[in-house]
Amino acid sequence: MAEKIATREAYGNALAEFGDRYDIVVLDADLAKATKTEIFKKKFPHRFFDCGIAEGNMISVAAGLAAAGQIPFASTFAMFAAGRAFEQIRNSIGYPHLNVKIGATHAGITVGEDGATHQCNEDIALMRTIPGMTIINPADAVEACAAVEAAILYNGPVYLRFGRMAVPVIFDSSYRFELGKGVKMADGTDLTIISTGIMVDMALTARDLLANEGISARVINIHTIKPLDTEIVINAAKETGAIVTAEEHSIIGGLGGAVCETLAESCPVPVCRVGINDTYGRSGKVPALLEIYGLTPAKIVEKAKTAIALKKA
Amino acid sequence: MDTARLNELKEIATEIRVGIIEAVYSASSGHPGGSLSIAEILTYLYFEEMRIDPKNPKWEDRDRFVLSKGHTSPGLYSVLAERGFFPKEELKNFRQADSFLQGHPDMKGTPGVDMTTGSLGLGFSAACGMALSAKIKGADYRTYAVLGDGESQEGQIWEAAMFAAHYKLDNLCAVLDFNGLQIDGAVVDVMNPTPLDEKFKAFGWHVISCCAHDFEGLERAFNEAKTVKNKPSIIIADSIKGKCVSYMENQAAWHGSAPNAEQYERAISDLRAL
Repeated sequence: MAEKIATREAYGNALAEFGDRYDIVVLDADLAKATKTEIFKKKFPHRFFDCGIAEGNMISVAAGLAAAGQIPFASTFAMFAAGRAFEQIRNSIGYPHLNVKIGATHAGITVGEDGATHQCNEDIALMRTIPGMTIINPADAVEACAAVEAAILYNGPVYLRFGRMAVPVIFDSSYRFELGKGVKMADGTDLTIISTGIMVDMALTARDLLANEGISARVINIHTIKPLDTEIVINAAKETGAIVTAEEHSIIGGLGGAVCETLAESCPVPVCRVGINDTYGRSGKVPALLEIYGLTPAKIVEKAKTAIALKKA
Repeated sequence: MDTARLNELKEIATEIRVGIIEAVYSASSGHPGGSLSIAEILTYLYFEEMRIDPKNPKWEDRDRFVLSKGHTSPGLYSVLAERGFFPKEELKNFRQADSFLQGHPDMKGTPGVDMTTGSLGLGFSAACGMALSAKIKGADYRTYAVLGDGESQEGQIWEAAMFAAHYKLDNLCAVLDFNGLQIDGAVVDVMNPTPLDEKFKAFGWHVISCCAHDFEGLERAFNEAKTVKNKPSIIIADSIKGKCVSYMENQAAWHGSAPNAEQYERAISDLRAL
């Protein structure tokens, strides 16, 4: 059994680690314990600023900090960053292309017991519509840490998406993260599962299940959802002829949407989407929610067979 | 302030008002009322108060300015042009598709614009971020923000007000242009935000009141703000919307509409008669 670490934990640790090397400042909106920015706060109290429960102000303050040459990380839950503060992100950060990093934790359904108001399944879709926004959705703690450093080194707005739940560590220390580049996790010929975040690990499990039935699946990890690595997506369509997308996000406007848009214009092949099916979440234990909302290796297998059938039809 | 300088500033303010009318008339759109009401405030800031260099608009040690009520960009563009950040002829291209003078201020495109604004409430927070950055770096530049009275209806204004006081941003000086009118009518009728002085005091600010059109009063107010330690200052400046263009004064209708040819001539003649 692989070690499990929440990507938000990796985020907090990364901020504290990189605080030594890079001149970053961190903002939070009364959720430092949950977003794990508290780890940074303990080490660098003079570079940490709690904004209280006022996310819109926090985002625009971050814009002012960046305009004055700082590299601010603004953290809160995805719902209150991409959701509540959408307009501040769009107008204060996106439009002037300021060097603000938004550390959005508790994304997706795996928030669990807090339920629908706090389960943000729309953030990727919202952020994708902002011109010039970079969106990173790491699959594990190693990738999350690497993504934080890549965001620091990149000059421009970045939306970093992290989860609450501890998830298996799938990369080792030799992993090299490249912003905007998809990662071929495993090769295959019958279809490609294009996955992101916590669904990457499930996609690998689904690949094993499909192999048992004689189906060969390629698995791709898209950590950078925008700008999308269209080359790896189009090559997958050309070479395997059928696609399943898998994400802990609405099937509308997220990775599935981005892949469909790319392939419809460049290489139309059947695409079946695994994600939240245009509905709200609910309270519950995470494993139960993943079953209810169909974020499982079994659902990926089911959609894979549908995609292959469509390819043959 | 000696009389000669006072007269110079008055002349500059008139030129800025002419620029506002030229810009809005050329564009056939824009926001003259709240631009005219801040002409003296902008003149004082850009010709007396702020440490700036028009030849080096991105100078790291410059004082920062944020027009949080970004729709009054004609006022900002006019003062920037008058101060030499770009040629005054550019004002005639305001709001045109090939111009760098956007309807609302764009820090990426316009020399001298320190923050992109237009959506009300956001600029004030950004000014707090700039002032906080100076505190972090130990830099001695000051940050100025001009807000609207109607803008104070935005919740984010009060989020920012809390933030600035909490972090003791005494290097931040806001000016609230209290002209009393917004698009839908009198501010107190649309959604009464008063008493603004008591509200800002309650939020931990040092509050100064003055007349927005009196340079000596503005000088006293800005000087007082610089002496205040451990808290931000706000100058609540009583103003007349549409000031110095007779038919625009105190008319909410001139918040966001442009004069026609005849009205343009009357506006210029009003201003040339000053």
